[in-house]
Amino acid sequence: MARTLYDKIFDSHTVHRQEDGTAVLYIDLHLVHEVTSPQAFEGLRIAGRKLRQPKKTLAVADHNVPTSKDRLAGIKNEESRIQVEQLAINAKEFGVEYFDMSDIRQGIVHVVGPEQGVTQPGMTIVCGDSHTATHGAFGALAFGIGTSDVEHVLATQTLLIKKSKNMLVKVDGDLPPGVTAKDLTLAVIGKLGTAGGTGYVIEYAGKAFRDLSMEGRMTVCNMAIEAGARAGLIAPDEKTFDYLRGRNRAPQGADFDRAVEYWKSLPSDEGAVYDKVVELNAADIVPLVTWGTSPEDVAPITANVPSPADFKDPHKAKAVERSLAYMGLTPGTPLSEVPVQKVFIGSCTNSRIEDLRAAASVAKGRKVADGVYAMVVPGSGLVKKQAEEEGLHTIFTEAGFDWREPGCSMCLAMNDDKLKPGERCASTSNRNFESRQGPGGRTHLVSPAMAAAAAIKGHLTDVRSL
Amino acid sequence: MDKFTRLTGVAAPLFRANVDTDAIIPSREMKRVSKEGLGEGMFADWRYSDVAARVENPDFVLNRLGYRKAPILLAGPNFGCGSSREHAVWALQDYGIRCVIAPSFGAIFQSNCVRNGILPLVLPEPAVAALATADRPQTLTIDLAAQTVRVPDGTELPFTIAPADKEMLLEGLDAIGITLKRLPAIQDFEGGYRARYPWLFF
Repeated sequence: MARTLYDKIFDSHTVHRQEDGTAVLYIDLHLVHEVTSPQAFEGLRIAGRKLRQPKKTLAVADHNVPTSKDRLAGIKNEESRIQVEQLAINAKEFGVEYFDMSDIRQGIVHVVGPEQGVTQPGMTIVCGDSHTATHGAFGALAFGIGTSDVEHVLATQTLLIKKSKNMLVKVDGDLPPGVTAKDLTLAVIGKLGTAGGTGYVIEYAGKAFRDLSMEGRMTVCNMAIEAGARAGLIAPDEKTFDYLRGRNRAPQGADFDRAVEYWKSLPSDEGAVYDKVVELNAADIVPLVTWGTSPEDVAPITANVPSPADFKDPHKAKAVERSLAYMGLTPGTPLSEVPVQKVFIGSCTNSRIEDLRAAASVAKGRKVADGVYAMVVPGSGLVKKQAEEEGLHTIFTEAGFDWREPGCSMCLAMNDDKLKPGERCASTSNRNFESRQGPGGRTHLVSPAMAAAAAIKGHLTDVRSL
Repeated sequence: MDKFTRLTGVAAPLFRANVDTDAIIPSREMKRVSKEGLGEGMFADWRYSDVAARVENPDFVLNRLGYRKAPILLAGPNFGCGSSREHAVWALQDYGIRCVIAPSFGAIFQSNCVRNGILPLVLPEPAVAALATADRPQTLTIDLAAQTVRVPDGTELPFTIAPADKEMLLEGLDAIGITLKRLPAIQDFEGGYRARYPWLFF
């Protein structure tokens, strides 16, 4: 029977299937960070259990770490410091490789995995973080798990899980100039809604995704969870293999050739059946921005702030009313006239080299508008190094952007990088939930180029007009 | 883990769509390395008018007379969407919530509930809406074995739940212990797997 990419990976990792369909799924790679792991290690310690496969586990601190230049002097916030220190202690005690803040390989866990070549096609990858779906860009089945499941994977190298349904999101055609992977993934979320993917694993297929770089594909898969899906996948191809060739932890020499042969067998078979198919045309997509407090609240930058009356579903109309009040927006205001006080370029969605290049190309030779604070937070020490080798940091600093150290930063405001109440931010991150970027903060999700444009103009801006 | 068999208690309505895990527990409230005490940060941005000083917002349902310490939440569709943070579930648990009734749940949140002895109970939206819009506190009785919710007028509403989830909740089972009983099968699988894909083992 013809199988999808998801079927193939799920089947090949199924150790056992219970009567009710719950599978014991073998896990190839477990990424660990400081926020969702301490209680799992504590659980192991209490039960006297060890890690089954320490070498299939990689730890890095990202959520809490400061992004300031002086961060190696120590983390000032005591609770954050304890979480980071505890991760180091746990990694040492249980024999897990750990990249600390002084290591150039340190960064956001979903940037680090691919960069090191630990993320590979056909793998099952888990992490106590919902944006684990990022790794699906390589044709790996990757998804977020809770801490109880983190402990389960640490102890058994398996996970108890039911198979999801298959959804195909097909986007053919070419993205117009100025339209990026971020706009593409936001367009899909806008179409599906934040619960549209619930119960599914999404496979993204079609020319629009094939044409993306690996970085762009990661941006797309990263936000599968914002459409409610457990994971997002893109079939591996020559671009995937080229990205991995020669990376630290990728297979080397003859092993690489063997691996490629296997990886080539992964794409969905012709005639494979999907439970749901959604199609979009890339040519119809324009630069998008969110106006509300749910990632499905997307609109073209050329549109106006909507009115609750525009929505038929009474739940949604009520939610829109609430969102607009929180966001301080009036229906009918052109989105391109909405002023911003902060700009955040970073996060596991958009902090890779291509994202920084896109933002720098807009920033080059221009100045951040008066009254705007704009920060650029590279996804890892290695991204930062490469950007500096390309001179991007000079472009940013000359334009008035703050060039920071790597981490999750203002995406979720667990460190000192946060919005003040009522402050409005154009952000390349993935969630515009209430208070996500700081209590009372207001978030507009955009692409890196759009974020840079907003920083220059001081208000949300159509990057194509610059 | 505590067994979940039968629960009688007040159900507090929080009937909004897409209540995300950041709302259930803001990231700033989860900087702990143990599970205890997280209940204080539950719904912090809604529950307190001054979060830092912990000044209660009198309008928030759980601060209202008759709903304080309610063990049941009546939630809107897609409750618990967003992140994988199990702190959201630990916060509910630490506060004393044992069951969340909603038309649908975020997938990771739903499985996190089961792992922690909280029953994520799915009822059709009109049924939840009817309970949530009542003008006084509603006391419900949930019988997991029988899969019913008894509402104040005596009606018993049936609900469905995956058999594995039901068993885990009823028995208060430890998933790791169950899986480790299958260790020989895991080792067998791993042996064959390693032979096929040696580059995955280093």
